Amino acid sequence: MRIPCPHCGARGSEEFLFRGAADLVRPSADASAETWHDYVHLRDNPAGQYNELWQHQHGCRRWLVVTRNTATHQIFAVVDSALRGRAA
Amino acid sequence: MSAHPRRLPTGGLIDRATKLSFSFDGAAYTGYAGDTLASALLASGVSLFGRSFKYHRPRGLLSAGSEEPNALVELREGARREPNTPATMIELYDGLTAVSQNRFPSLRFDLLAVNSLLSPLFSAGFYYKTFMWPASFWEKLYEPMIRRAAGLGRAAKSADPDHYERATLFCDVLVIGAGPAGLAAALAAGRTGARVVLCDEDPQPGGRLLSDNEIIDGVPGVRWASQAVAELDSLPEVRVLRRTTLFGIYDHGVYAAVERVADHKPVPDDREPRHRLWRIVARSSVLATGATERPLVFGGNDRPGVMLAGAVRSYLNRFAAAPGGTAVVVTSGDSGWQTVADFARLGLPVAAVVDRRPVLPPALIDLAQRAGARVFAGGTVAGTGGGLALNRVEIADAQGRRHSIAADLLAMAGGWNPAIQLACHLGGKPAWSDSAAAFIAGTLPPGMRAAGAAGGLFRLAQALASGSEAGAEAAADCGFGQALHSVVTPEQADATASPIWLMPATRQKAFVDFQHDVATTDVELAHREGYRSVEHLKRYTTLGMATDQGRLANVNGLAIMATLTGQGIGEAGTTRYRPPYTPVSLGALAGHHRGLDYRPTRLPPAHEVAEARRAVFTEAGAWQRAQYFPAPGESGWLQTVVREVTAVRQGVGVCDVSTLGKIELTGPDAAGFLDRIYANMISTLAVGRARYGLMLREDGFVMDDGTVARLESERFVVTTTTAQAGGVLSHMEFCHQVLWPELDVHFVSVSDQWAQFALAGPRARQVLQAVLDSGADVSDAQFPFMAAGRFRSAGGATVRVFRISFSGSLAYELAVPARNGAVAMAAILAAGTPFGIVPYGTEAMSVMRIEKGHPAGGELNGQTTAADLGLGRLLSTKKDFIGRVLAQRPALRDASRPALVGLRPVDRSARLSGGAHFIAPGAAMTASEDQGWVSSVAFSPSLGHWIGLGLLGHGPSRHGEILRACDPVRGVETLVEITAPCHLDPEGVQLRG
Repeated sequence: MRIPCPHCGARGSEEFLFRGAADLVRPSADASAETWHDYVHLRDNPAGQYNELWQHQHGCRRWLVVTRNTATHQIFAVVDSALRGRAA
Repeated sequence: MSAHPRRLPTGGLIDRATKLSFSFDGAAYTGYAGDTLASALLASGVSLFGRSFKYHRPRGLLSAGSEEPNALVELREGARREPNTPATMIELYDGLTAVSQNRFPSLRFDLLAVNSLLSPLFSAGFYYKTFMWPASFWEKLYEPMIRRAAGLGRAAKSADPDHYERATLFCDVLVIGAGPAGLAAALAAGRTGARVVLCDEDPQPGGRLLSDNEIIDGVPGVRWASQAVAELDSLPEVRVLRRTTLFGIYDHGVYAAVERVADHKPVPDDREPRHRLWRIVARSSVLATGATERPLVFGGNDRPGVMLAGAVRSYLNRFAAAPGGTAVVVTSGDSGWQTVADFARLGLPVAAVVDRRPVLPPALIDLAQRAGARVFAGGTVAGTGGGLALNRVEIADAQGRRHSIAADLLAMAGGWNPAIQLACHLGGKPAWSDSAAAFIAGTLPPGMRAAGAAGGLFRLAQALASGSEAGAEAAADCGFGQALHSVVTPEQADATASPIWLMPATRQKAFVDFQHDVATTDVELAHREGYRSVEHLKRYTTLGMATDQGRLANVNGLAIMATLTGQGIGEAGTTRYRPPYTPVSLGALAGHHRGLDYRPTRLPPAHEVAEARRAVFTEAGAWQRAQYFPAPGESGWLQTVVREVTAVRQGVGVCDVSTLGKIELTGPDAAGFLDRIYANMISTLAVGRARYGLMLREDGFVMDDGTVARLESERFVVTTTTAQAGGVLSHMEFCHQVLWPELDVHFVSVSDQWAQFALAGPRARQVLQAVLDSGADVSDAQFPFMAAGRFRSAGGATVRVFRISFSGSLAYELAVPARNGAVAMAAILAAGTPFGIVPYGTEAMSVMRIEKGHPAGGELNGQTTAADLGLGRLLSTKKDFIGRVLAQRPALRDASRPALVGLRPVDRSARLSGGAHFIAPGAAMTASEDQGWVSSVAFSPSLGHWIGLGLLGHGPSRHGEILRACDPVRGVETLVEITAPCHLDPEGVQLRG
């Protein structure tokens, strides 16, 4: 698999560290136990389009949000996680 | 008899001026440059190449290429012995040695051929039915017996002396296969200026043009191919990879190929790899892999002398070797007639031609007459005769009359299977094409086009035209040149194509999978027993599971099953194709990553100093760390470690701690950021001070620990454990970039930039003073416990000093720029000599931290909480931090969780055993009585007895209790007393000295 890093260009997936779901919002410290359980432990496992976090460890070391079809590995978009809010 | 009884007097692509000597099964032979082992043996009159897998039936050459199922040999000797190598793929070299395999005691006389008589025992599913009972017989009797009787070659028993490498190529257009379609595609793409890679498994590009007697543009096909290759070699952006098999396709245009760089030599040249694994990243590709000829299934079809008709032409035309003296040709269409024509042209006798079709075109009848062959239109092969070699063919004519024809070669042409395996690696399903009478690729992987026979276009003109078109389109996709207007006549009904031809069963076994000895009767048995889907058929009969992955067998096997189930073959479908297309050596996959080169070795900056002091090293991840420093006369590691610990506790020692992870942070929000990632408060740390830092994971468990030093108001340096240096950095980057990008903080790993040394012991301050510039004041008043500061060395170099202690003695850590590391270590040892300094290693460091009850590897195991480690009071209640909420989960606060304790043997002379489990006195040694375990042990020179740390349920409230530490693995049980984790100087008097 090749991931088009917005900073470095298309690179082999072995340069990246995978971390799963990108759309989680860290709850506040006073949120309920269920909310925290959800955030830390529960994950969707869709066969299809999914926003995932990949870190370009052996490149720019940036955490990227990769929109990928988990069934076909087609990649639709890649944005730097820190710039995500600003780009939207 | 001549040495080459089957060598044709002229012709072929062999170099008759270069004679090569080789041996097979101990006998000496000769051949020519350009021969394969198969063609050289064939020319020498050898027809018996191996014994079959289960029945030990004699087998000869079936093919001339990588699909060969029978002629598998052990190539080379000793450490370079390579089993299961197709003789058809071995380029002859001078001095080559090979032996046949799977025979006992010899190829011509094989005792285990008796298996053939027991064949009812060895039918499909025999493993499941025959060797079931009693179970204890399996390992001791059945399996060794089966392994002796069945199976293939022997692997080498010593380490491979050769080396292998991996490399990456980027291109616009990858052309897979250098036959006529591939050459045309590479030319069309290469002429546009696109970067083109053309690869082929053969040493010589040309594909079937090397084997068939064809004319292109008025010149022989062989010459056309060499002209095409000459042009390709002249194009600067084109690379032709010979001896290179493309074996797998992966996502996003990634392809894997193996180049057999040195297999055609006795040993690789100096510094030359044997194989090179190519990762090819291509924007578009052309599948020009050609097709594999389909064997015909009839009784006795495995007898040596029965060969694919196309392979016969390869031996005749390319290698100038006649596979037989008198031939019979059996064909389902026009394809086999090319072989008849070649025999006629060379003046070799053809006794008979059997053609599936009841009525034949007059041109073929004429050809048969010229060749002197009897024609059996609408006939079948009813059987074969001969012992170790074919001597007659039984033919049933259209009326069912039997004819026995003397012949020593039976060439069979059952049509062609496009080589579409690669096109299916990403999940594409093969589709049956009636016009091609074969499976072709249904949907191709993105960016791939098929050309020529791989796309079901079997005629030469179609191959050339479709190749040019695919090459031009592939280049145009990448922005080079223009696509051609379609020059290929669309797939048309091919008059010669036939459905798969299944002949009536006869008394003799008819083989479907030659390599795994799967016969038609096995497919029928699978059908009767309900294993009818193609995937069940495969696994029940092992059809297509041999090293050739069913390239010859699968389609015939599926066709038989489809007939039995009354389905069309297209409905029955095929099994799934997976990489690799042909076997790939493990060496090529590993490349240089083996032995000590499995991963890079990291050496701390002062490694050479430890080496000069004759340290014994240990692996810590990729690092080599000094474990202990034996002195002359010491009898073992324990004596050395006791001496090192004693020296530190009573004098002074120095230890290289450069492998710790070090991260430097700056920025206005650096303190606030550290507050969020450490469980304890960091922002209150004063400039010039250091603090222990405990890091949790978000699930509340301990992630890592280290020290945090504040060098300036907005500059911190933190350390991590050696093991977690990479993980903690990545975690911090996640926290900053994903969770809190609004924080104004910057950080970078400086692990490799700073060498760091722990200077420990009551005389540490005196040594430090001697190392530093004389003006430096490191008195206890000026530089107290947990102070951090920048100093100059006596030589004027930068030194960061932290008064922190892992050993529990008075200690400092000195950090210097990595380039000065070795010099600094030597300077510390020199300055310390008057004070009796010793270098100490990780073993002494570990003893001292166990004496002090500091948790490390055995306790920071990813399953312990801060409370478990006695660090619960560090969790701040005044701020949010990673892991704060889930650390408070009721289950994580449960007092019955195993928590850190110290332990010592009741009998002080007893030794402790790491990994032992705590069991109450009198209780049974069972899992339900397990109360915890011993996580670290050491002999404490300071106390004169063994001590340990452990994790024990309700541990903190059980100090003074007596338990058994049971180690059933080592068969040891020790009575121990539970204590506080800290065994030595609990008030920390030494620390503050």
